[in-house]
Amino acid sequence: MTLDAQVRLTRGTLELDLPLRAADGEVLAVLGPNGAGKTTALHALAGLVRLGAGHVRVDGETWAGDGVHLDPSLRRVGMLSADHLLFPHLTARGNVAFGPRSRGASRAAAAARADAELEALGVLDLARRRPAQLSHGQAQRVALGRALATDPRLLLLDEPLSALDPGLRPQVRATLAARLREFRGSAVLVTHDPLDALTLADHLVFVETGRIVQEGSPTDVVARPRNPYVAQVVGLNLYPGTADDGTTVSTPLGAVVTGGHDHRGPSWVAFAPSAVALYPDAPHGSTRNAWAARVASVELVGQSARVRLVTGGAGPAVLAEVTAGSVATLRLQPGQELWAGVKATEVSAYPR
Amino acid sequence: MTRRPGGAVALLALLLAGCGTTPDTASSTTPAGAGPSGPSGVTGEVTVLAAASLTTAFTTLAGSFEKANPGTTVRLSFGSSTTLAQQIAQGADADLYASAGTTALQQLGDAEPTATVTLARNTLEIATPAGNPAQVTSLADLARKDVDVVLCASSVPCGRAADEILAGAGVRAHVVSRELDVSSTLAKVTLDEADAAVVYHSDVVTAGDAVDGVEIPAAQNTTLTYPLLRFGDDAATTAFAAYLAGPEGARALRAAGFLVP
Amino acid sequence: MTVADVSPASEGGAAARARGAGRRRAAGRVRLSRAVLVVPAVLAVALVVLPLLGLLAGTEWRGLPGRLADPSVRPAVRLSVVTTLVTVAVCWAFGTPLAWLLSRAEGRTATWLRAVLTVPVVLPPVVGGVALLLAYGRRGLVGQPLVDAFGLRIPFTPFAVVLAQVFVSLPFYVLAVEGAMRGIDRRLLEVSATLGARPLRVLTRVALPLAAAGIASGTALAWARALGEFGATITFAGNFAGETQTTSLLVYVALQDDPQTAVALSLVMLVVAVAVLGLLRGRWLR
Repeated sequence: MTLDAQVRLTRGTLELDLPLRAADGEVLAVLGPNGAGKTTALHALAGLVRLGAGHVRVDGETWAGDGVHLDPSLRRVGMLSADHLLFPHLTARGNVAFGPRSRGASRAAAAARADAELEALGVLDLARRRPAQLSHGQAQRVALGRALATDPRLLLLDEPLSALDPGLRPQVRATLAARLREFRGSAVLVTHDPLDALTLADHLVFVETGRIVQEGSPTDVVARPRNPYVAQVVGLNLYPGTADDGTTVSTPLGAVVTGGHDHRGPSWVAFAPSAVALYPDAPHGSTRNAWAARVASVELVGQSARVRLVTGGAGPAVLAEVTAGSVATLRLQPGQELWAGVKATEVSAYPR
Repeated sequence: MTRRPGGAVALLALLLAGCGTTPDTASSTTPAGAGPSGPSGVTGEVTVLAAASLTTAFTTLAGSFEKANPGTTVRLSFGSSTTLAQQIAQGADADLYASAGTTALQQLGDAEPTATVTLARNTLEIATPAGNPAQVTSLADLARKDVDVVLCASSVPCGRAADEILAGAGVRAHVVSRELDVSSTLAKVTLDEADAAVVYHSDVVTAGDAVDGVEIPAAQNTTLTYPLLRFGDDAATTAFAAYLAGPEGARALRAAGFLVP
Repeated sequence: MTVADVSPASEGGAAARARGAGRRRAAGRVRLSRAVLVVPAVLAVALVVLPLLGLLAGTEWRGLPGRLADPSVRPAVRLSVVTTLVTVAVCWAFGTPLAWLLSRAEGRTATWLRAVLTVPVVLPPVVGGVALLLAYGRRGLVGQPLVDAFGLRIPFTPFAVVLAQVFVSLPFYVLAVEGAMRGIDRRLLEVSATLGARPLRVLTRVALPLAAAGIASGTALAWARALGEFGATITFAGNFAGETQTTSLLVYVALQDDPQTAVALSLVMLVVAVAVLGLLRGRWLR
């Protein structure tokens, strides 16, 4: 276990208490809404913020905790933020060489190392440019090179793609993914973009108001969210309930018929928005779950539409994803009364 | 009093007089020409520019004159004689100008006095901090390396006079500073930052216990005359000029350490 | 914005005529309110420019070189150059670290320190001179022990000139540089720390280059303040040719018996000041 940290600190009203662990070569993604304490946790790992309690150990070496607070300059970390934060007065090469120089490398060795990093990221031809002469995507690559040029044991990525134009993101994400695969240390990725987390991380941690609400592998989390925020991030409708027998779960929506489950008691019920069908009148036939609902909002994204529904007056919300054609056929308007239905086979239930 | 006393000009004069002078405007609140006139019937304002060494004497005299002549106001501005002369040449409002020595009068330019009288005489004296810690007893002691001497700048009368008598006595004084006027020269001794200063006898008298005086023998000394120049013929100016040159003036000047003929 | 934008909407012929009159009145008010701003602005410019013009007009250009060759000029100029450069060096050496620490400090101590440092900026220089005497004079807080222990007398020496100049100009420098350093994105400094840069390297390799413009203007301010220093110098350091008589003091003394030399020197100082300003403007200031 390369990174073994228990980050405990108080900042204003936020009380942070996060266990963060990552093995060599592993990428740990930390997801959470704004103000959840993600960036603060990252800064605590880097030593920019002091721990209130807990510890940060890397490779068995204590960086913080047990009365120790290693200065950031003495921790072998690399940091990459949303804004590239390149030094404006230095060239791309100078920026990447800054770390090696600060850690005692000769001028020539640092420049050679910088060139190697820039080459690996495909931006060696920009070595003599200053940050102001670089595009966002180029600058972010240089910044990644700078973070890696010190051979950090711990790489800290703070929303590395969020400030880029959406069109640039896939490219830079691919570059980042490739460099992370080669990276031998541990990496912690803070993000609120599920795509970053799912494509770059080996392990996900969801944080709300300073606490972990769910963690697991990307596939596990996507299939079985256990928290409303997680469900929202991975795009599922999620309801707590109680499994009465092998086919129904009592939830705030009412009794939901599932595709079959083998547990009893506290349970989660999840189904995808795309599994929700909308009807002008109460449906018949194979649709086992149907709720009277009112349209709260309609948002068209390409050929499909995300429709927010409120069931039973002010009851639990349901998100439906229907085709643009359905929107037209049903003439969906906010306030409109209709029926929402989900087939039992589309509903999964798992213990809470 | 024909010219309007300009408050702004008086202020400017104070500012120009600069560092080390003792700006002091003794004035009553009675406006010019208003209210009942005094027994003498004289009213109006008199603006007086005077050498810094006259500060004490003139401040006293202005006060007693105003008291004796209700309805009169005396505005006083003190500074180095040279600076004041230049201010008059530049058009500063002055009814009376009292200079230390006559050299500064060359700076008056086109300003022509209507009358001139010799008001007082002064001699030079060595001032030392109270107790005379450096044991200065003569002009010759001023050449000692352990005696820090402060003189007036050569451009002002007290400095020129000091240069003169030191040269006459063949003494190369250990001078550490040439101050801009006699007040700041004396202040360096009062503050015990210098061991000796060459100033006027009147300054030593006025400073009282703060300094000790070491007299300079007449053979080595020089005498400075203080001319009083009058510009203008109005009643108040003439009356104050006469007051300064009269018995009351003589008494106050003698009290301040001046020699009065 | 056009005048029509501010006139109230109305309809009908009479209303249209009324609107026309209203517009003219409104236009008059706009002109008036503009004049209310322009007149004082012009006066402000005049207040600054007229004395400078007076200096130019009062100069006897033909005799200028001769005036500047006066034997009193060279020592004074040399003393001014040397002492102001030493003052600037002191500002750099001591003021820069102080500005740096202040820019990163938070809390009461830093606030108080900043307030104390501002005092010389608002203090009359003569008062500063008195304060310096009471600190470094023969009977002063620090001066007396120095005299007693080493026979070291500070007033009336070039060192005193430097002390007076540092007293008045260091605050200008520190406040200007602190402002510039405060403007640096804190995250850049954090990143440099994570890259392994120790605090001194963070300062020299990141903060100083990024605050270069502020340091340049702070230096210019401090230097100009030192060059023009008069009150504290005359009060504390005295006035002696070659020792403590700076150019500013010489200008004042010369004004008494050789006004044209004073004018010539003033002109030189004006030219130097304008040159420094121009140099800075071209290179760092915008």
